[in-house]
Amino acid sequence: MTKAAAIADRGAEAGTDVAQALIAPAKQTVAMEDHVEGMAYLDTLPKRVVTTYIPLALIMIVLLFPFYWMVLTAIKPDEQLLDLDRYNPFFVTAPTFKHIYKLLFETAYPRWLWNTMFISVAATALSLFASVLAAYAITRIRYRGASYVGAAIFLAYLVPPSILFIPLSTVIHQYGLFDSVFALILVYPTILIPFSTWLLMGYFKSIPYELEECALIDGASRWQIMTKIILPLAVPGLISASIFALTLCWNEFIYALTFISSTTNKTVPVAIVNEFVDGDIYRWGSLMAGALVGSLPLVVLYSFFVEHYVAAMTGAVKE
Amino acid sequence: MSDITAGTLRVQSSVREVSFWDRLRTNREWLGFWFMLPAAGFLLLFLAYPLGLGIWMSFTDARIGRSGSFIGLENYEWLLDDRSFVNATLFTITYTVVASVFKFAIGLYLAILLNRYIPFRAIVRAVILIPFIVPTVLSAIAFWWIFDPQFSIISWSLRKLGLMTGNIDFLGVPLHAQASVIFANIWRGVPFIAITLLAGLQTVPPSLYEAATLDGASPWQMFRHITYPLLTPIIAVVMTFSVLFTFTDFQLIWALTRGGPVNATHLMATLSYQRGILGGRLGEGAAIATAMVPFLLAAIMISWFGLQRRKWQHGGRDD
Repeated sequence: MTKAAAIADRGAEAGTDVAQALIAPAKQTVAMEDHVEGMAYLDTLPKRVVTTYIPLALIMIVLLFPFYWMVLTAIKPDEQLLDLDRYNPFFVTAPTFKHIYKLLFETAYPRWLWNTMFISVAATALSLFASVLAAYAITRIRYRGASYVGAAIFLAYLVPPSILFIPLSTVIHQYGLFDSVFALILVYPTILIPFSTWLLMGYFKSIPYELEECALIDGASRWQIMTKIILPLAVPGLISASIFALTLCWNEFIYALTFISSTTNKTVPVAIVNEFVDGDIYRWGSLMAGALVGSLPLVVLYSFFVEHYVAAMTGAVKE
Repeated sequence: MSDITAGTLRVQSSVREVSFWDRLRTNREWLGFWFMLPAAGFLLLFLAYPLGLGIWMSFTDARIGRSGSFIGLENYEWLLDDRSFVNATLFTITYTVVASVFKFAIGLYLAILLNRYIPFRAIVRAVILIPFIVPTVLSAIAFWWIFDPQFSIISWSLRKLGLMTGNIDFLGVPLHAQASVIFANIWRGVPFIAITLLAGLQTVPPSLYEAATLDGASPWQMFRHITYPLLTPIIAVVMTFSVLFTFTDFQLIWALTRGGPVNATHLMATLSYQRGILGGRLGEGAAIATAMVPFLLAAIMISWFGLQRRKWQHGGRDD
């Protein structure tokens, strides 16, 4: 609704067909729109329970159980954790925050969390800047060979990090970036740029040409057109791209494992795997607390932007 | 033109010569070049160059700290005689095929369930995606704890149900470990496939199902002749991505088993990390990584020919 209102605002001078065209991409972003009930009213309740609700519930239990287990272990006192005969392991009595407290105040965990956030945000910002320019040039400036460059960027999306990390580690050494967070900030955009360029190209294509032509006639430069007309209209796309990029960075493992060696520069996933595995029988509590605290920021972010997230996922696949 | 010669003098005074600087600023090709520069810089320096370098390194005997000399195909000849490389390749193929088949089947089933009329549909969908949001390593750590040889909750439940007496050694026996990592991979991949296929399902007009119902079609016939054909293009893309990322998987294995027990769960990516980075034989590691490329190309080609079917599905000609 807010989007439509904004369009009505803008559309006053641009004409109704332009506004119509603008509403179309808005519909696209909300791809998960609910259908009406359809023919489902023909099914009786028992049939629905057996064919839909029970299988769905089973799948959801399997999908969510590891998280329940993660949370439970993180707040369970050690004696309940290891004594399976006296305590039912599925529940917790007298939960404790000892593991989380220990994690946050007695290990370098805050530092790792900070590293992860800093690297993710910086790499996302860099790649978004580069992808906006690239996507705009490919869809709108349309220089010679633009479509081939678009295809090449899509191919770059398909190059997995696991075949690049060995040569990249020598490149990182050559550039003198080894064991520095800047190595990751500069390398992550290679994962993010292809994806976000592709996503933004889809958004830019849906913005009508007429708006741009008007601006060109009024004497705007390409840069002004991009910052004052295209970007404000592509805000949903920008949000989708940045959230998804942030998640990808947070999740990245193999580069962080290869390029970082000192404890203080590690990211959360690498640190969890390498620093907590010390053979201590009581490590499980702090290990799960670490996994929980490391995932929570992403889950919170996701819960605010579910639709954008889904749009990013499906948008990158659809084109 | 000749009839305005009288005016040219006046015009000439106001129009200055097009300078080189103007050309750089407004010429379509140059503008395109400037806009592409940041993205191209990242992708060439940190993606294309390492890709080429990796292939070159696979023909050398490079080690950490020493750039090797050209030794031709020796690395590959060596690897073909190496039992653990052959086993890793075979397991990578098994891992990819088994996990992809299950991910596809469960993902499609889940997508169809989610497309039905269910209460709290938006929340259910949002929750389903959580395994995809949480960083793989962190959920793998949770699985590590679930698969613990002594305190596994699965063993405990089965024991309490009276189905067995001892504990299952999930990650200590080769066959169990292989099944466990494949299960964890399926668990992590299903939400992505379900949500993207759901986006495809929602574009299928409900009127087709209504018409089919009137014609007396069975649910299976509706799936086979309406849902499946309309979904083929998106299935092709989603499954390509899924196969590519499963084949080049690294983090799940590294967090759960590090390739053990007795190298039974080594994928090509983890073996390449172990040989190249931990073992220091960069050339050999690069050769293992490069050996993945033909498989990836094959997957991309299959998807490409799958995508071609799009044309006739949209009423175009299939040429």
